[in-house]
Amino acid sequence: MQYESLLNKTLVDMKPSGIRRFFDLAHEMEDVISLSVGEPDFTTPWHIREVGIKTLERGKTWYSPNAGFIELRSAISRYIERRFGVHYEAKTDVLVTVGGSEAIDLCMRSLINPGDEVLVPSPSFVCYGPLASMAGGVPVTLETKAEDHFRLTPETLKAAITPKTKLLILPFPNNPTGAVMRREHLEAIADVLRDTDIMVLSDEIYSELTYHDEGPISFAAIDGMQERTLLVSGFSKAYAMTGWRLGYVCGPTPIMGQIVKLHQYGIMSAPTTAQYAAIEAMDNGDDDVVHMRADYDQRRRLIVSELNNMGLTCFDPQGAFYVFPSIQSTGMTSEEFCVSLLQEKHVAVVPGTAFGDCGEGFVRISYCYSIKHIIEAMRRMREFLAERGLLKEGE
Amino acid sequence: MDKLLNLLDRNARLSNAQLAAMLGRTEAEVEAQIAELEKNGVIRAYKAVIDWDKTNREYVTAIIELHVTPKKDSGFEGIAEEIMKFREVESISLMSGGYDFSIVVNARTFRDVAEFVAKRLSPLDSVVSTATHFVLRRYKENNVIFLDDDRDERGEL
Repeated sequence: MQYESLLNKTLVDMKPSGIRRFFDLAHEMEDVISLSVGEPDFTTPWHIREVGIKTLERGKTWYSPNAGFIELRSAISRYIERRFGVHYEAKTDVLVTVGGSEAIDLCMRSLINPGDEVLVPSPSFVCYGPLASMAGGVPVTLETKAEDHFRLTPETLKAAITPKTKLLILPFPNNPTGAVMRREHLEAIADVLRDTDIMVLSDEIYSELTYHDEGPISFAAIDGMQERTLLVSGFSKAYAMTGWRLGYVCGPTPIMGQIVKLHQYGIMSAPTTAQYAAIEAMDNGDDDVVHMRADYDQRRRLIVSELNNMGLTCFDPQGAFYVFPSIQSTGMTSEEFCVSLLQEKHVAVVPGTAFGDCGEGFVRISYCYSIKHIIEAMRRMREFLAERGLLKEGE
Repeated sequence: MDKLLNLLDRNARLSNAQLAAMLGRTEAEVEAQIAELEKNGVIRAYKAVIDWDKTNREYVTAIIELHVTPKKDSGFEGIAEEIMKFREVESISLMSGGYDFSIVVNARTFRDVAEFVAKRLSPLDSVVSTATHFVLRRYKENNVIFLDDDRDERGEL
């Protein structure tokens, strides 16, 4: 059979994820020190796991209601209220999904009509463009720059808006750059959107991993923005629950009613065991988050300092668990740098280009690793630069 | 201060520059704080956590429970001071519960431990009785897990 001609054309034309491709290379080698994964090195806190185990023991193995257990939706609603000062009605405005990823897919498919433009800041996580395309939309790249600390500027946004613009993705704190949008930056974006009908998908999956004193600000908390915002988040990053596959989306009631339909037909309901565990995470997990965040923060400071000292300059990334140093001083492309570093020093980091063309000249380094592991990787990277005569005197 | 101690507790080989970066302080500040902590006896020593089973060192470790009669003048303190001076004694702690002192003893052989107990520990005036337990295997020490299977399962395909 001619499968190629049978398959969906948009899907066939879609490039596979550049992150995964790089993992492939790394896994073929021995003694690799990796700083490449995008998930916590912590395991899910025990009290959360225990709740999952107990509900299994008690035989709680059925489907949940389509939108998720009301106890969990209420817990999410309470959490968003106390953390961001935004109110969502648990019954009508909160949907529990299979990870943040399902939530993103649902938002795209619920909003986009063929030809609608979706504004995607870049570099950013790999899924937005492909999911927008599959929903019939046209992804439009909004370049973010190192000199702006990879924030989306109102000027860039304004220049990209056309009559066809349907949706703006706001992926902050950002994977891969670690960029965050402070209140003032979000307000500047809000000012551009205020008189339009453009919707916003605010992917706040990393919001608990924000390291500046102001703390995380939700886009929905900016004056007048809640009515146009679909707030996507989840349990993976904050509570080290990646494998449980649990996220959520909150938004205006009329939109959520439609999104739930799609979720109901496509997924039925998010995993039951994970939902029980997530209730425990929301109700009693604040201390775990504080503890993990403090740990990430120390590693973040260490790795930023080490990289800047060896001449791979990076701005102070105040969110997520990535740093995004420039490797332009080496004269290599991102891809060349990563491949050589892997082959010669067995250190795996991800080329910035895996997250969009404007990631060229940068690499993504994750600090979801032990201090010992990070120090060894930094030592090898320094050696890599020294052997090329790229370390300055006295370094 | 606690943050600095926690970092050193986990890894005493971090340089002052690394510690300073992690804590958002200057190198000079960290240096001064460590000096202060050493001076005050908060930091007593820096040691490696060694899995001796991976070396060819012949050794045996025993935990000894000790019942004593406290001394009239110096109580438990005096006895502890007497016992801690023995080279074989790695640690000694005063305990609540069924016995008074817990002593960790390292020696080359089983016989060496037996001789230590019989000839040096038991004859002490205040010692009423001893119970010696030999360590068979160490799994975790000083928060370090002694397992080689630390494969990172993340990022696999």
